[in-house]
Amino acid sequence: MAFNGHQRDDESINEDETPTEQPQSNKEMPGCFSNDPNNEAAASAGRATSDRRTSYSTARQRSDSVKKTRPPFPWFGMDIGGTLVKLVYFEPKDITAEEEQEEVENLKSIRRYLTSNTAYGKTGIRDVHLELQDLTLCGRTGNLHFIRFPTHDLPAFLQMGRNKHFSSLHTTLCATGGGAYKFEADFRMMADLQLHKLDELDCLIRGVLYIDSVVSSGPSECYYFENPTDPDRCIQRPYTLENPYPLLLVNIGSGVSILAVYSENNYKRVTGTSLGGGTFLGLCCLLTGCSTFEEALEMASEGESTRVDKLVRDIYGGDYESFGNMMSKDKRESVSKEDLARATLVTITNNIGSITRMCALNENIERVVFVGNFLRVNTLSMKLLAYAMDYWSKGQLKALFLHHEGYFGAVGALLELLHPS
Amino acid sequence: MAEFVRVDSSTSGHTMDKSITLPPDEIFRNLENAKRFAIDIGGSLTKLAYYSTVQHKVAKVRSFDHTTKEATGDNLYEISMQEEVTARLHFIKFENAYIETCLDFVKDHLVNTETKVIKATGGGAHKFKELIERKLGLKVDKEDEMTCLIKGCNFVLRNIPHEAFVYAKHADSEFRFQTTQPDIFPYLLVNIGSGVSIVKVESEDKFERIGGSSIGGGTFWGLGALLTKTKRFDELLQLASKGQHTSVDMLVKDIYGGSYGSLGLTGDLIASSFGKSATADKGETWEGPKFSKEDMAKSLLHMISNDIGQLACLYAKLHNLSRVYFGGFFIRGHPVTMHTITYSINFFTKGEVQALFLRHEGYLGAIGAFLKGAEEDNPNQYSWGENYAGSSGLMSVSPEMYPMQRARSGTFSFDMLEMDRLEGKLVNLPLLQDASSYIPDTVDLTEDAHAREYWLYCFEEALDGVVQRAVASQPDMPEAAERAEKFRQKYRHKLQTLRHQPFAYGSLTVRSLLDTREHCLNEFNFPDPYSKIKQRENDMALKYYQKAVKCLDELSWEERQYALVRGVLAGNVFDWGAKAVSDVLESDPEFGFEQAKRQLEERPWLVDSYDQWFERLKGPPHKCAMFFVDNSGVDIILGVMPFVRELLSRGTEVVLASNSGPALNDVTNGELQILTESIAAMDPVVQAGLREDRLTLVQSGSSSPCLDLSRLDKVLAMVVRERKTDLVIIEGMGRAIHTNYYAMLSCESLKMAVIKNSWLADRLGGKLFSVVFKYEVPATSQHSAALTPS
Repeated sequence: MAFNGHQRDDESINEDETPTEQPQSNKEMPGCFSNDPNNEAAASAGRATSDRRTSYSTARQRSDSVKKTRPPFPWFGMDIGGTLVKLVYFEPKDITAEEEQEEVENLKSIRRYLTSNTAYGKTGIRDVHLELQDLTLCGRTGNLHFIRFPTHDLPAFLQMGRNKHFSSLHTTLCATGGGAYKFEADFRMMADLQLHKLDELDCLIRGVLYIDSVVSSGPSECYYFENPTDPDRCIQRPYTLENPYPLLLVNIGSGVSILAVYSENNYKRVTGTSLGGGTFLGLCCLLTGCSTFEEALEMASEGESTRVDKLVRDIYGGDYESFGNMMSKDKRESVSKEDLARATLVTITNNIGSITRMCALNENIERVVFVGNFLRVNTLSMKLLAYAMDYWSKGQLKALFLHHEGYFGAVGALLELLHPS
Repeated sequence: MAEFVRVDSSTSGHTMDKSITLPPDEIFRNLENAKRFAIDIGGSLTKLAYYSTVQHKVAKVRSFDHTTKEATGDNLYEISMQEEVTARLHFIKFENAYIETCLDFVKDHLVNTETKVIKATGGGAHKFKELIERKLGLKVDKEDEMTCLIKGCNFVLRNIPHEAFVYAKHADSEFRFQTTQPDIFPYLLVNIGSGVSIVKVESEDKFERIGGSSIGGGTFWGLGALLTKTKRFDELLQLASKGQHTSVDMLVKDIYGGSYGSLGLTGDLIASSFGKSATADKGETWEGPKFSKEDMAKSLLHMISNDIGQLACLYAKLHNLSRVYFGGFFIRGHPVTMHTITYSINFFTKGEVQALFLRHEGYLGAIGAFLKGAEEDNPNQYSWGENYAGSSGLMSVSPEMYPMQRARSGTFSFDMLEMDRLEGKLVNLPLLQDASSYIPDTVDLTEDAHAREYWLYCFEEALDGVVQRAVASQPDMPEAAERAEKFRQKYRHKLQTLRHQPFAYGSLTVRSLLDTREHCLNEFNFPDPYSKIKQRENDMALKYYQKAVKCLDELSWEERQYALVRGVLAGNVFDWGAKAVSDVLESDPEFGFEQAKRQLEERPWLVDSYDQWFERLKGPPHKCAMFFVDNSGVDIILGVMPFVRELLSRGTEVVLASNSGPALNDVTNGELQILTESIAAMDPVVQAGLREDRLTLVQSGSSSPCLDLSRLDKVLAMVVRERKTDLVIIEGMGRAIHTNYYAMLSCESLKMAVIKNSWLADRLGGKLFSVVFKYEVPATSQHSAALTPS
């Protein structure tokens, strides 16, 4: 982890009657990133680096030194997973007139294309609600956009990159996820782009820590469910990730990885399971004929899993058998697609909960952060996980969630571009 | 209803079938004396358990009263066939479809039972409660499923050697049986029924369900039925065994293009189960692959097995347990699931934990329910032994022989387990150096294909002779020939089964082949085919006893020690159990002791530590010697007894351990008592020994020509401790070569045998009648007995 004059901030912060937790968390954050300097909440929460507290001259100095190492636009971070490609794009909003004149046409065109649309082609989507505005990155202020499209549409994306002469910008494309390896040659051959490949777990952790540190306006990045065992009183509440370590980080993408994180640079992959989001969607497609995650979730929300699962005692005792009722011919015939989707979702989710809980016990960790795109628009699973963690641990284990669910790997990749570790 | 879930169409697997006639000789045996019933009804199989008494003939010896003129001829003792009643547990497993037929059969054949209740467990117990009560007139008394399962598991682990095994699909022998541990606790039992229960068992009565999962056999079955429209569990497994999961699952290499090197995840690992089926139908330009039933079933099997394996490992790690047994209908003898579970456990624990399976896993619930009902009889105070004649053995691994298929062919298929109650409780020899690693058998025929072939051939060859002798042993019984023929068929069938499934009864060994033969002989009421031969030989040998002793007494001390050893060895040549010898004996009944001595190999013997033994004899006498004796006649009388006499003279106490029941021409405890008394009458040394309690006789607890030092009579073990035994002598091929050749004892030991089988002699680098004289002193202690504190 590199420093860039940030240590000096710590000193000034200490002089400035800042709560003692702050320096520690600041040290862990990449120094050249900061959120809106005007935001009071972030500073008081100690989550973020505060430029406000730094003297003007220091900021100026740093800005100059940073400028030299600052990579040219465009700034992208990419995470190519088994199912989805996640792309984060930093749109600078502080472009001077002088800069604007210098800016090449295709850079402008890319910026315009990405920021003026919310959907790209048939399958690309920009998650507008996740956009982080007025973010300061390496001395530049702008908006961070979050875009995703299915991995199987990557060829179309590459074609677009070729058409827009992306390669002429001589940018480094930081990419993580398995696809960074699998499609490296395609990037080179189809779009004349050289990928800078990054480890997905490194990126994931870096991304989580960063986003949590900068998000402060509006709802906090991290949240949990209050009263998870009582469906009527279960409500989402913001959570402040102070002293986050040790932390169990459960990334639910196509498959699942479970990491024990002791500090930004000290973590281990505890285990993983192949029963993840890909399994939910895959099974739903086969069982119900649906074709998208949204469709599958929609059905699941309308279904009733107990018609599919075999309840021996009661569902809360955990003593039921997933798809157990489907051993019987009559019951197979009376079940609906919605019930099947629901049962699939419940089964996959509870299984992840169960493995997570065992890992937490084995690693002696009490805080679990669930991330990954399986949780996108999937309150049902989140509540089930919150319930499972709470119920089985008798309240000892806390399930935490993050709004930017699946984008942390891509954010981590972007951070690597701006600030090589 | 949507088309995709309409799976079943024609036949239902659970229709009652009454057209089946049960084979009464083979199934539900000994029902007439049955009492205490228990039943375990699972999703597809019913297991019925009952306790019964078996009446069979035993040969009893009784000393003639020589003061009266009762005796006819020169016989020392008389042999009488008596009816003896022994206890046996019967367990029968059949498909639920036959439950009504079976209950009718039981009702019709049940004679005089005072039983009023039947213990019941399993998910189906409730469903069939009314039927059972109506058919049998017994009150159904439900027992907790988990309690029964654990009780049953403890029982088989304790009483059945080679109960647990490791499954290795690609190894020479797929089943690697585990030796029975002196302490079976603690362990983890992962029961994979419809769901999964993970139970930690700490002692006989202490267990706790520490976890579970909803993804189990029911998930495989239910999801499998939905995905493949195949409704039978076995068919689903068969589909799975033919499929390729890589077309359905998203592998690490599908995401990475290769392996994920930094984490050590290889490209072939499954990253996302069913991950490929999600993207299959998407996009107009992209035509996804069609998924075959086989591929989906395979993917599902992997998904579920891996998941269960992972959870089991996490629980084992959390509770620090290394023994993990898997059971439930998902496992039940299915090589496919045993393989995938084993693979998963190996993957997740990197080999630290082994997945263990149980031969009688399907019976655990029924055994446990039975034991619950029999608590007043305290069945755990006894040891029980698997009866190889009555038990079916492990199911074949070949898919062609799956129970499903046999059921389909219209014949009633069933599986049986029978266990005999043994006299008292069997325990370890306290002098074993390490009881947990002791393996009685020298060669595991399951692994040694060449040896297996030879011994199976050898036993098959010897069968005619055994049949003839069996018939000859019962000249007054005209139906003996018919029974002997049935014996022949039964044993030949066992041999054939073992040829194809050497693992059927645990590790195949010469001992198990011998024991199976004894069990089969008993089954057809040939309790002791050698009784007359033994009697004749004993009578004959006794006549030479005094002369033999006199000759020995005339020798110098040094000469005598050597002559005594040669005597034991020459005596051991007399053995009807060894084919090479029985041929000679049968053709030449005059084959004498002196001839046998001449037949013996000259020193140096094949294994020869006589010089060390001789040096030892110059030292202080042993405190107490335990002598595991072998054959009747010349062996015991002219070989062993003079040797014993010398030990007594030296001041060493001697305990003679002989078989509790007959096996070949081995001297039994009953016979030996009469013989010893008879010798005492001629020999003041022996007489003094008996009188002063320096010579004692104990029974071994076994009725085998071989010797398992981990299953010995409790009294024997007690005597070993009390007398501070510091020398163990094991005599004969069965006890010192086929078994215990490598047994490590914590005191001095002497293993003496003559190799009377040319194949074995060849194997050991010797020739026919080569001598093994193995005197061993444990490294840790010289002379003094190293009794491990108990």
